[in-house]
Amino acid sequence: MDVVNQLQRQFIDYSASLHREGFLDDQFTQLQKLQDDNSPDFVVEVASLFFEDCEKLINNMARALEQQQGVDFKQVDASVHQLKGSSSSIGAMRVKDVCIAFRSFCEAQNREGCLRCLQQVTHEYSLLKNKLQTLFRLQQQILAAGGSIPVVE
Amino acid sequence: MESCNCIEPQWPPDDLLMKYQYISDFFIALAYFSIPLELIYFVKKSAVFPYRWVLVQFGAFIVLCGATHLINLWTFTVHSRTVASVMTTAKVLTAAVSCITALMLVHIIPDLLSVKTRELFLKNKAAELDREMGLIRTQEETGRHVRMLTHEIRSTLDRHTILKTTLVELGRTLALEECALWMPTRTGLELQLSYTLRQQNPVGYTVPIHHPVINQVFSSNRAVKISPNCPVARLRPAGKYMPGEVVAVRVPLLHLSNFHINDWPELSTKRYALMVLMLPSDSARQWHVHELELVEVVADQVAVALSHAAILEESMRARDLLMEQNVALDLARREAETAIRARNDFLAVMNHEMRTPMHAIIALSSLLQETELTPEQRLMVETILKSSNLLATLINDVLDLSRLEDGSLQLDLGTFNLYAVFREVLNLIKPIASVKKLHVSLTLAPDLPEYAIGDEKRLMQTILNIVGNAVKFSKEGSISITAFVAKLDTLRDSKAPEFLPVLSDNHFYLRVQVKDSGSGINPLDIPKLFTKFAQNQSTGTRNSGGSGLGLAICKRFVNLMEGHIWIESEGLGKGCTAILIVKLGMAERVNESKLPYMPKMPTNHGQTAFPGLKVLVMDENGVSRMVTKGLLLHLGCDVTMVGSSDECLRLVSHEHKVVFMDICVPGIDSYGITIRIHEKFTKRHERPLLVALTGNTDKVKKENCMRAGMDGLILKPVSLDKMRSVLTDLLEHRVFFEAI
Repeated sequence: MDVVNQLQRQFIDYSASLHREGFLDDQFTQLQKLQDDNSPDFVVEVASLFFEDCEKLINNMARALEQQQGVDFKQVDASVHQLKGSSSSIGAMRVKDVCIAFRSFCEAQNREGCLRCLQQVTHEYSLLKNKLQTLFRLQQQILAAGGSIPVVE
Repeated sequence: MESCNCIEPQWPPDDLLMKYQYISDFFIALAYFSIPLELIYFVKKSAVFPYRWVLVQFGAFIVLCGATHLINLWTFTVHSRTVASVMTTAKVLTAAVSCITALMLVHIIPDLLSVKTRELFLKNKAAELDREMGLIRTQEETGRHVRMLTHEIRSTLDRHTILKTTLVELGRTLALEECALWMPTRTGLELQLSYTLRQQNPVGYTVPIHHPVINQVFSSNRAVKISPNCPVARLRPAGKYMPGEVVAVRVPLLHLSNFHINDWPELSTKRYALMVLMLPSDSARQWHVHELELVEVVADQVAVALSHAAILEESMRARDLLMEQNVALDLARREAETAIRARNDFLAVMNHEMRTPMHAIIALSSLLQETELTPEQRLMVETILKSSNLLATLINDVLDLSRLEDGSLQLDLGTFNLYAVFREVLNLIKPIASVKKLHVSLTLAPDLPEYAIGDEKRLMQTILNIVGNAVKFSKEGSISITAFVAKLDTLRDSKAPEFLPVLSDNHFYLRVQVKDSGSGINPLDIPKLFTKFAQNQSTGTRNSGGSGLGLAICKRFVNLMEGHIWIESEGLGKGCTAILIVKLGMAERVNESKLPYMPKMPTNHGQTAFPGLKVLVMDENGVSRMVTKGLLLHLGCDVTMVGSSDECLRLVSHEHKVVFMDICVPGIDSYGITIRIHEKFTKRHERPLLVALTGNTDKVKKENCMRAGMDGLILKPVSLDKMRSVLTDLLEHRVFFEAI
C-alpha cells in the first residue's frame, strides 16, 4: 500500500496548501464531509456545477460591461451577487473576495473598476479550476489504487 | 312898502334889530329843516329804533316850526294877506303838533330813561360774566396743563424720564423757580435729593426723615405750604432776596403688593417721596388754590406712573434673568449631551478594544490549558484564566452599568422556567460553597409557578450575585435560599416608601430571601451598599475581590423589573438577609407558546439524523441549492428543490415540515411568499416551518423576517453540525433565530 499512502499524503499536502493559499476555506471541508456512500461524487458534482455557473456568469458580465452606451450596472450586480453566492457555497474564498470588491465597484458605477475586477475574477476562477481538477485527479488515482480518500480536518 | 325878492335889500339903520331877527329866523329855519333830515338819515342808518312814529311826530313838529320861522321872514316887511294866512296856518299846526308831542313825550321819556338803566345793568352783567369767563378759562388752562403733564408722565415707562418730565412741566406750568424731589433711602431713615429742576447734578444731599415739617406733609394728602427755611427747601444759594413761597406735597411710592384685587391700595404704605415746589423769589406771587390742586393731582399721577415703571422694570429684569438662565441651561444641556456622546463613543470603542484582547487572552489560555503542562505551569495558566475571566466580567459589568444608567437597557422578556433558574444558581454556587464547607439549601414554595415571563438572564444574574455575596461573606455556617409568591401584606412591609406594588391578573411578585450566617453588616452601612463603587471597608475580610458594582447593577435590574431589593442585618457577626422582590408575568401553559432559543444554555444534540423529514429548499443559486440539498440529504431528510417562488408555492404541501428560503437574492419577495404560505395553511400544525437562509443580514432584516411570520433565520455558510442543531431546535421549539 505504499503507493496509496504516498498518494494519500500527496492529497493531504495538496489540500492543505490549497487551504493555506486561500483558494479554499472551511466550507469546502464541509462539502467533503457530505460525501458519503449515498452520494460518492457529491463534491465533483458541486464543483462542475460551480464551473458551469461561473462561466455563464462571467460571460454575462463581460457582455454587459462591453456595452459602449450605458452599462447596465444592475444586471452586472445581479450576476456578481450570484457568483458570490455560489463561490461562498462551495468555499472558493478568493473568488468570493474578488466578488465583494466587484460589488462595491458596481454600486459606484465605476466601469473601469468593474472591468478590472472581471479580469481578476476570470483569473482566480481559472486558477481554482486548475487546482480543483488536479485535486480530483489525485482523488481518482487514490480510488483507482484501492485506497480511500483521507478526511482533512 | 314894496316886497322885493332880493335877499339883500337896503337896510335903514334902525332896521338893524330887524336884520338880526331876520338872519336868526333864517338860521333857525335852516336848523329846523336840517334836524329832521339828520334824524331821518341816522334812523335810517340804525336798525333799532322803536319809536318811529314819535320821530315822525317830532319831525313834523320841527318842520312846522321851521316853516313858521321861515314864513316869519316874509313878515318883516309888508306882506300880503296870503302870507299872513299861511303864517297863521303854520303856527296853528305847529301849536297842535307841539302840544301833541309834548303830551307824547310825557310817556316816552321815562321809557327812554329806563332803557338807559337796563343798558347799564346789562353792562354790569357782561362785566361779571367776563370775570367769570376769565376764571373758568384759567381753570381750564390748569386742567389742560394737568392733562398734558399726566400724558407726558404716563407716556413713558422710564422712571427717570417720568420724574424729570414732571419737574420740568410743573416748573413751566407754574413758573417755578425750583422744583425738587426727595426720595427715601433704602434704610428709610433719610430723604435723599434725587431730582431737581435747575441744578443739573444733585449731590447726594440727605435729610433725616423724622422732621416735624416732613411728618406734617406726609400725614396729609394735600399740598402744604412750608417755610422756606425748612431743610428740604434750602436749595437755593442764600441771598439777600426774599425767598418765594414753598409748597411741599407727598408722593406715595406704591409697591406691587399694595394692589389687591378688590381693594384700592391701602393707605398704610409707609414710603413716600417728597416733592418741593418754590415760587420765584421777589415775585410777590402767592400760591393759588387751583395751583395747589394741580400739584396734588400731579403728585398722584406721578405715584401711579412710578409704580407702573417699577413693575415694568421688575418684569424686564425677571425676563432677562430667565433668558440668561435659559441660555445657561441650554449650554449645560449641550455640554451634558456632548459628554454623554463622548462617553458612549468611548464605551463603544473600549467595548470592542477591550474585548478583543480579552478574547484572545481567554481563548489562548484555555487552549494552553488543553496542552501538556507541568503542575506549576498549569497553576499559572489557571490563574491567568481566572483573572482574565474576572476582568472580562468587570468589563461587561461596567458596560452594563453605563447602559443601565442611560436607561438604554431594556429587559429581554421571554418565557422561562423559574425552577430551572434556581437550580442553575444552586449548581453554580455549590462548588464554592462546598469548598468553604457552607451548607446551601433551596426552598421553593409550592405555589410558585413553574414558568414565568421576564428577563431570565438578568434575573439569574441578580440572584447569583446575591447568593454569591452571601457565600463570599460567610466563613462558616449555612446559606438558605427561599422563594415564594409575595402576598400583598408582605409586600407592604418592605422598607421602601416609594415601592408601590400593584397587583394585577397576569403578574405576580416573586420574593426571594437569601439568609446567611456570615459576618453581617453594620446597619449604618446598609444604605451605602447599593451605591456603586462604594466598598464596605468595615468588613474584616478585604479579599472580597468585587469592584462594588455588583449590588448596584442588581438594584438597577430589579428596578427595571419594577421590584425592590434590600438587605437586613442585625449587626456585625450576626449574618444578614438579602430580600428581593420582582414583578414577573404569569406564563400560560407551555405547549403552544414559543420558548426563545438561549444560545448560552447547553442544548442536547439529540438527533443525529432526521429520517424521512420532508423539507423544501428554495434557492435561485444552483450551487448553493445543491450544497444545501447535500447537507440535508446527509442528515437523512427527504429534500425537494425549487428554484423560484412560484414553484415553491406550487409544490409546498402540509407534508413538508420545514421550508428553507434564500432571501438574500434581490428580486425574490420572500416576505410575500411567507405571507402567502401563511394564508395557504391556516392551521398552525399543518403549516411548515419557514426558515430564511441568508448570507448577510442585520437586525433590521431579522426583525422583518420575524414580522413577516418566518419561524427562523440562519446565516450562510451552514456547516453540518450547525444544520443538525438547527433542525433539532426547530423541531423541538418550532423557532430558531440565529443571534446576529
